[in-house]
Amino acid sequence: MFLEIKDLSVKIENKNILKSLNLNINKGEVHAIMGPNGSGKSTLANVLAGKEDYEILNGKINFKDNDLFDLNIEERAQEGMFLAFQYPVEIPGVNITPFLHSAINSKRKRMNEEEIDNLSFAKLLKSKASDLGINIDMLKRSVNTGFSGGEKKRYEILQMSILNPDLAILDETDSGLDIDALKIVTDGVNKLKTKDNSFLIITHYQKLLDYIKPDYVHVMVNGSIVKSGGSEIAAEIEKDGFQKFQ
Amino acid sequence: MNSETLNTLDSLSKNKYKYGFVTDIDADKPKKGLNEDIIKFISSKKNEPKWMLDWRLKAYSKWKKMKEPGWANLKFPKIDYQDIYYYSAPKGFDKKPKDLSEVDPKLIETYNKLGIPLEEQKVLAGVAVDVVFDSVSVATTYKGELEKLGIIFCSIGEAIQNHPDLIKKYLGSVIPPGDHSFSALNSAVFTDGSFVYIPEGVKCPMELSTYFRINAENTGQFERTLIIADKGSYVSYLEGCTAPKRDDNQLHAANVELIALEGAEIKYSTVQNWYPGDEEGKGGIYNFVTKRGLCAGKNSKISWTQVETGSAITWKYPSCILKGDNSIGEFYSVAITNNFQQADTGTKMTHIGKNTKSKIISKGISLGKSQNTYRGEVSFLRKADKARNYTQCDSLLVGNKCGAHTVPYIDSKNNTAVIEHEASTSKINEDQLYYCRQRGLSHEEAVSLIVNGFCKQVLQELPMEFAVEAQKLVSISLEGSVG
Repeated sequence: MFLEIKDLSVKIENKNILKSLNLNINKGEVHAIMGPNGSGKSTLANVLAGKEDYEILNGKINFKDNDLFDLNIEERAQEGMFLAFQYPVEIPGVNITPFLHSAINSKRKRMNEEEIDNLSFAKLLKSKASDLGINIDMLKRSVNTGFSGGEKKRYEILQMSILNPDLAILDETDSGLDIDALKIVTDGVNKLKTKDNSFLIITHYQKLLDYIKPDYVHVMVNGSIVKSGGSEIAAEIEKDGFQKFQ
Repeated sequence: MNSETLNTLDSLSKNKYKYGFVTDIDADKPKKGLNEDIIKFISSKKNEPKWMLDWRLKAYSKWKKMKEPGWANLKFPKIDYQDIYYYSAPKGFDKKPKDLSEVDPKLIETYNKLGIPLEEQKVLAGVAVDVVFDSVSVATTYKGELEKLGIIFCSIGEAIQNHPDLIKKYLGSVIPPGDHSFSALNSAVFTDGSFVYIPEGVKCPMELSTYFRINAENTGQFERTLIIADKGSYVSYLEGCTAPKRDDNQLHAANVELIALEGAEIKYSTVQNWYPGDEEGKGGIYNFVTKRGLCAGKNSKISWTQVETGSAITWKYPSCILKGDNSIGEFYSVAITNNFQQADTGTKMTHIGKNTKSKIISKGISLGKSQNTYRGEVSFLRKADKARNYTQCDSLLVGNKCGAHTVPYIDSKNNTAVIEHEASTSKINEDQLYYCRQRGLSHEEAVSLIVNGFCKQVLQELPMEFAVEAQKLVSISLEGSVG
């Protein structure tokens, strides 16, 4: 099993957020999690990435034959887990290009691969950026600093395509995007999809799933997955909302 | 702040200082203590004319009546001026060597270790260096090439011998010996330092640089630097400093004077990395420095850039007197304090002429149990019509046992003056750390990246050749394990 979440319960500040959650993802699969605000979707993303604010009450997560809780944030990232943030944070003064260069090399180091040199990296970055319709001038700016909402999301997808993760988690990447930006972002995801990597797409709206075809759709309500199935579930939600699952 | 961050901070504050070695070399030293005989000894060692000795003695008599300035936010035991050596030179160093074949190989080796090669074939490309070891100047590179342009770049001792007119006219003209006790002390016992004169209309084609090294124990270093940029000229100058690790505190009290005549520009950069003391706060350099520039002529400009990472105590306010109309003063500063370091640093911008402009960008980073103070004074005199100042002070706290303080004074006697002031204090941001780590960077790499980003506005003011070095230095000051 590629990713196996078993009976996961998590709390933050005395509030139980995830309750006995189970989810299995195989290599090459695209999973979508849909749910109303406050159902615990983002918490699941952050627990997977290793954010330290949460208390794990119960459960196990296996990722590529590792006990995920044995790995810290950067080790999980180096093992191929990528989180596209809902609200990417600004880091003033830290230039995009060297930032991503360090990121890719830290991953290569862990995989015992040779580090990529400046020149090859610059080429790689340029070609990936032009694939995503990102202006080269943007690569000279500081990480997320002064970016519009759409630029931030596009930059997340650029990072994802450079780091080429085994498991990409997209946390409400569609929120705040207009249709054009949504197309660019989802195109990027579709291009990256292979039979060896997997996606976990968290979204509130059904719209995103018009562009990315998931193999499985899960409905999350109140900290647990209450229904799983194919893309027909998304259509059901589109029609009736989350009401009937609660 | 979570526990992992605290652990990293803990390891960060175990600062490693890689310049802490001692060169084993015999030194010529008079007895400890400060008195007229010592001043006469220094003056005669340097073969100075009588007017210079008289100037020193006058400064000494002023010093005897003065008290140390008390405004700074610093705590340290009283300095015993009678327990310091005021002169130390490698044995047999009565005259500056003519070329490197006369220099003790141990000294050349010392500078190689510090990354400052002196041998002709290895000298830093595009940078002329004057190196000062304890009280004497050891070597100056690229001297011949500069002479062709009429540029004088030599030790202050040589300038007293060879260019007495310039020295008599300008030495003490910006920092009068009686300004405060440290300037009087320096004027009485200064030993070496650099002298630069750029003739009218000449743009100096390379960076000029001085490298100061304190080696001998219990020895004070009293450097004196004087830079004169004649009309329409330009020079960029950089100083670097290191010292061995010792348990005792050592005193460094420098005076640096800059004079920019009409249309001239001086860019002065400092990378200060004196020994900061150990994790318990033992040892380290007491760095009491007076730096002041005079924009004497119209349209002149003086720009100070400093990266202060070393010293147990830093007391330093590189300042500009904007006398000429339309003249410009700038101050860019990064001060990092760790462990028990204390820094009280900032600037003074005095607007005298019309349309004068000044800009202050200060970035203070405090780690460990250190205290970091920005102290600045911006004043507009009566005739400074339409003068402007922009000040930005940002402080970054890393951990919760350190302190950051901002003390800006503004004094305006002219109501056309425009003053802008921005200040911020922030803690290192957990969301930024999380973001960097989610991309695979280690906790330490992430901290270093964020701090370097915080300082970027200042670091980018450094000459190209040193910007990369300075960035590394910033990282080393933060990291425990690297170095």
